[in-house]
Amino acid sequence: MAVSGLLFIGFVLGHMYGNLKAFAGEESFNEYAHHLRVLGEPMLPYSGFLWIMRVGLILALIAHVASAVILARRAAKARPVKYAVKKNNGSSISSRTMRWGGVTLLVFIVWHLLNFTIVKINPSNGDTGGDNPYHLVVDTFDTWWMTVIYLLAMVALGLHLHHGTFSSLQTLGLTGSAVSRARARAAGWVVAIVVAGGFSLVPLFVLVGIIEK
Amino acid sequence: MNLTLKIWRQAGPNDKGGLHTYQVADISADMSFLEMLDVLNEQLNEKGEEPVAFDSDCREGICGMCSLMINGEAHGPEVTTTCQLHMRSFKDGDTITIEPWRAEPFPVVKDLIVDRSAFDRIIQSGGFISANTGSAPEANSVPAPRDKAMRAFNVATCIGCGACVAACPNGSASLFVGAKITHLGELPQGQPERWSRVVDMVGQHDHEGFGGCTNIGECAAACPKEIPLDVISQLNKDLRTALKNGH
Amino acid sequence: MAGSTLHDGLTPLNGPSEQKSDDARGYYTLGDKLVDPVAPTGPIKDRWTTRKFENRLVNPANRRKLDVIIVGTGLAGGAAAATLGEAGYNVKSFCYQDSPRRAHSIAAQGGINAAKNYKEDGDSTFRLFYDTVKGGDYRSRESNVYRLAEVSANIIDQCVAQGVPFAREYGGLLDNRSFGGVQVSRTFYARGQTGQQLLIGAYQAMERQVAAGTVESFTRHEMLELIVVDGKARGIIARDMVTGEIETHLADVVVLATGGYGNVFFLSTNAMGSNVTAAWRAHRKGAYMANPCYTQIHPTCIPVSGDHQSKLTLMSESLRNDGRIWVPKKKEDCEKDPRDIPEEDRDYYLERIYPSFGNLVPRDIASRQAKNMCDEGRGVGPLVGDFRRGVYLDLGDAIKRLGKDAIEEKYDNLLDMYERITGENPYEVPMRIYPAVHYVMGGLWVDYHLQSNIPGLFVSGEANFSDHGANRLGASALMQGLADGYFVLPNTIRDYLADGPFEKIDETHEAVVEARRSVEDRVQKFLSINGTRSADSYHKELGNIMWEYCGMERTEDGLRKAIDMIRELKADFWSNLKVLGSADTLNQSLEKAGRVADFIELGELMCIDALNRRESCGGHFRAESQTDDGEALRHDDEFAYVAAWEWGGDEGQPVLHKEDLIYTAIEMKQRSYK
Ligand SMILES: Cc1cc2nc3c(=O)[nH]c(=O)nc-3n(C[C@H](O)[C@H](O)[C@H](O)COP(=O)(O)OP(=O)(O)OC[C@H]3O[C@@H](n4cnc5c(N)ncnc54)[C@H](O)[C@@H]3O)c2cc1C
Ligand code: HEM
Ligand code: SF4
Ligand code: FES
Repeated sequence: MAVSGLLFIGFVLGHMYGNLKAFAGEESFNEYAHHLRVLGEPMLPYSGFLWIMRVGLILALIAHVASAVILARRAAKARPVKYAVKKNNGSSISSRTMRWGGVTLLVFIVWHLLNFTIVKINPSNGDTGGDNPYHLVVDTFDTWWMTVIYLLAMVALGLHLHHGTFSSLQTLGLTGSAVSRARARAAGWVVAIVVAGGFSLVPLFVLVGIIEK
Repeated sequence: MNLTLKIWRQAGPNDKGGLHTYQVADISADMSFLEMLDVLNEQLNEKGEEPVAFDSDCREGICGMCSLMINGEAHGPEVTTTCQLHMRSFKDGDTITIEPWRAEPFPVVKDLIVDRSAFDRIIQSGGFISANTGSAPEANSVPAPRDKAMRAFNVATCIGCGACVAACPNGSASLFVGAKITHLGELPQGQPERWSRVVDMVGQHDHEGFGGCTNIGECAAACPKEIPLDVISQLNKDLRTALKNGH
Repeated sequence: MAGSTLHDGLTPLNGPSEQKSDDARGYYTLGDKLVDPVAPTGPIKDRWTTRKFENRLVNPANRRKLDVIIVGTGLAGGAAAATLGEAGYNVKSFCYQDSPRRAHSIAAQGGINAAKNYKEDGDSTFRLFYDTVKGGDYRSRESNVYRLAEVSANIIDQCVAQGVPFAREYGGLLDNRSFGGVQVSRTFYARGQTGQQLLIGAYQAMERQVAAGTVESFTRHEMLELIVVDGKARGIIARDMVTGEIETHLADVVVLATGGYGNVFFLSTNAMGSNVTAAWRAHRKGAYMANPCYTQIHPTCIPVSGDHQSKLTLMSESLRNDGRIWVPKKKEDCEKDPRDIPEEDRDYYLERIYPSFGNLVPRDIASRQAKNMCDEGRGVGPLVGDFRRGVYLDLGDAIKRLGKDAIEEKYDNLLDMYERITGENPYEVPMRIYPAVHYVMGGLWVDYHLQSNIPGLFVSGEANFSDHGANRLGASALMQGLADGYFVLPNTIRDYLADGPFEKIDETHEAVVEARRSVEDRVQKFLSINGTRSADSYHKELGNIMWEYCGMERTEDGLRKAIDMIRELKADFWSNLKVLGSADTLNQSLEKAGRVADFIELGELMCIDALNRRESCGGHFRAESQTDDGEALRHDDEFAYVAAWEWGGDEGQPVLHKEDLIYTAIEMKQRSYK
């Protein structure tokens, strides 16, 4: 769980950085998308790197979701009778919403892939396919409700990362002192804000018209 | 003060239970929470109703026998055991809901009493240092660094009450296990069995049916002895090292 | 040790005592004198070594066939279970809590003594021995005490090997402190939780044996009867406190390590479940109860706050190192805020009466003087009934001298606990303290092997009477519990078991059936009285009688009165008790009823013992026996004996057997703290 989670963190950080290329304009964004596909050539075939990433991410996702399901089922079995009254004193909202947050993210990821990778649905005109990623992005986020969905997903992602970052470090046994624990908590905040914030910039700027075709 | 109590009553392990409402009057702020329940029980006895069963022994916060989920908080609103909780933490007219610890490995025995023998079995699986009586070397022949000895002591204060399990949304006992792993692992005498200990204890923990830890932190907040969350990190670290080394 | 000389232990230094008074006449019958049949002789320092060698061995292959029952999982029982399990015996361990780790040894705060002499301050086995005998006011058996001092050092080795996290110095070596008024630093400690750490060590060692299959652990089981077959202890009847089932457990030998009976006073620092039942049942089956009146009353407990009080909480005596104890000079000031009472109106009575020891006088003196102040009407704190029970322990001067931080570092946990219980901040308002029953030196009579007068019944820890005489030094009960469990019992029990396995008996044996039936009948009796009062209310009433008349100061008239009151209470109990619920589920009222019934009988015997002993020694202060200035006065010529009481039957009188205390290594001296 921790390993796959950390892998995701690495991925979303890279991914977010890539998205910010949208600020540099159509050309450099599309070049970046193209670059991803030719990375490693000629050692790797066209899209080879991307496929390694994809396979890695899919395996990690399977591992991640499977562990999540196992943990959730163990938890349910460990407390078959619920409390009539239960207060939370020591936990963050993020830590208590990992499971629902995770499901939200999963649903989002599916939609996200349909939107940008697999079917390439352009919500503004219903077209599919197309090969100008930059246009697809701008068209998508010009649609207000797409931006809202996306932003909500980023809230979920931020929460998930806030606890996930700390939690994975703790799970790996890297938070053995009060100081290291405080650092891991801080890292949770930083990762959550940077990633969720960073991802949110592009859609917001598209919506208000700063980034445009 | 006058209070309304909603108390979980359950005749036996296989019976159905439910919350029952009782009133108590003239409770003094100097009473401990359990003395307040003593008053209720004396009252019930007089009325011919069977008193509420709850655990306690030392009543000074050290034996770990008392339990109780009080208004959704393990051991109530203060950082202490239920037996050391005093009525001055409540106000006249309050309604207090009292439930037993809830976890599959802690089955209810009667009313508010649960069976915590799973903890003993976890200790049996490895929570010790094998040192037969008579075989010990002179105590000062092995110095133990003071900071490590202090850390060992700080976590060895765990009273085995089970509040961590009760408070944890996953029903995990990782804080309890981590406290023992850290206690014994910080001392020179604990090194020879360090890696097998963690593997065996975690194995028993899972086998008993406790949930897995997702580092939420409710356990440490509920712990009356303020065992810190870093014992779980230590547990994970030791487990990782042990597994890496083929234990 | 100025003025005292060492003796080799080869010649008696005193003769048997000759009792002249007979205050308890009419309440008891005088029986034969008692001698310890296995008392060792020879040079005192060789006695235990020689005995260990002389005691017979049990072939390792035979050990598995020998069944040992150990009731109690405190330091005494837990350590014995672990050690006998390691040796390969087949051990069954019992406790009434839900886990062996919760035995009341867990509550000990201060520390454990051992003659390691790590501080090179002149400590030695002999000095620990001397201090213990003197502290016990020369009412203990010297051979036992010497052995205790001798094995004390091994205890620390054993505990450290098990991972007990004792306090350490910066160099990583063990730290010691001085405790309870002795002049050497021999007390090992783990902050204020020494008992807890020692017990967890023993508990873990025992659980390791459970895993190894040599020890079987029966938790939530209460021993309700001893099985005696052909004069030998052969098992127990226990009630499974969850299912209510009455169970028979048979064995070759039975060990009682069931702790002290301080709860006879209702309010004490003992646990709610601490009881005398196991010991009392054995007593009724023939085991002698020795010196039952010797009770230790601890001076620094948090005072009673009202009638609802269910137990008392001890605060470490170390507070007396920095706190000054006082009461107002004038009665009218007692209700005032202590901060408004000027210095000249405060009576620092311990400093006044005992200028050289001041606030550090021994426990019994500090306790009795606190009571005297309150009796004079100068007690402080809330009125409980029509009486204020409390004196001030003031950290004000120490805070001024050392700073708040230093005090906080020293006593942090303790002061927090005080504030939690009383709601008062001890840094601002002087703390209130009052004495409370804390420990009993009396217990079942045992010989040098810790065997009672019933063969096959061994008794260890606080449950026996053996090592502390009329008073116990601080930090010595933990030492005794572990000495008994780890080192003494395993070496003496083997001599008994060398004759085993004994003839097989089964559950149909007449004596077994009888024991079981008596338990079942008793349970049914409790449930069928159907009166109006709870067991708890009888317990409270008994406690009040005991505290009033058999507490810190005892008088002939008071004790007689108490005996009458207890007899009346007993009659009322058996006709007016109300226990609800059934016998075959968990039933805490039923458990309580059984314990209270036994406490009532014990209370009567304690009063008779106290009445007979017309002298003041250790924790037993008879008003009729004091010096002109009110200090305790011993009568060695009359009372240098162990009073071992035999059960005289429900209708009969207890029979007193006297065991003379003959010293060969130490001469008896009156103590003086002025
Ligand atoms: C608050 C407090 C502080 C103390 N501080 C110190 C200190 O600093 N230093 C020191 O040396 N001493 C101290 N003492 C004294 C010391 O702790 C005890 O005397 C000692 O621990 C007793 O140990 P034990 O093994 O004999 O009995 P316990 O630890 O009391 O164990 C009794 C065992 O018997 C079992 N039991 C009892 N009755 C039955 C029954 N009928 N059926 C089945 N099981 C039964 C119980 O379940 C328990 O397991 C303190 C005592 C108290 C109360
Ligand atoms: C971008 C995607 C994701 C990232 C960056 C991510 C990251 C993380 C991290 C770092 C952890 C902590 C691991 C640990 O505690 O050991 C974690 C835990 C978890 N994740 Fe994810 N994750 C992602 C997607 C998902 C998805 C799609 C799910 C869907 C089911 C999910 C469900 C969970 C759950 C249930 C936990 C367990 C923690 C708990 O139960 O509290 N995550 N995640
Ligand atoms: S870790 Fe804390 S909450 Fe858990 S059993 Fe130990 S003392 Fe109780
Ligand atoms: S009763 Fe012992 S800790 Fe509460």
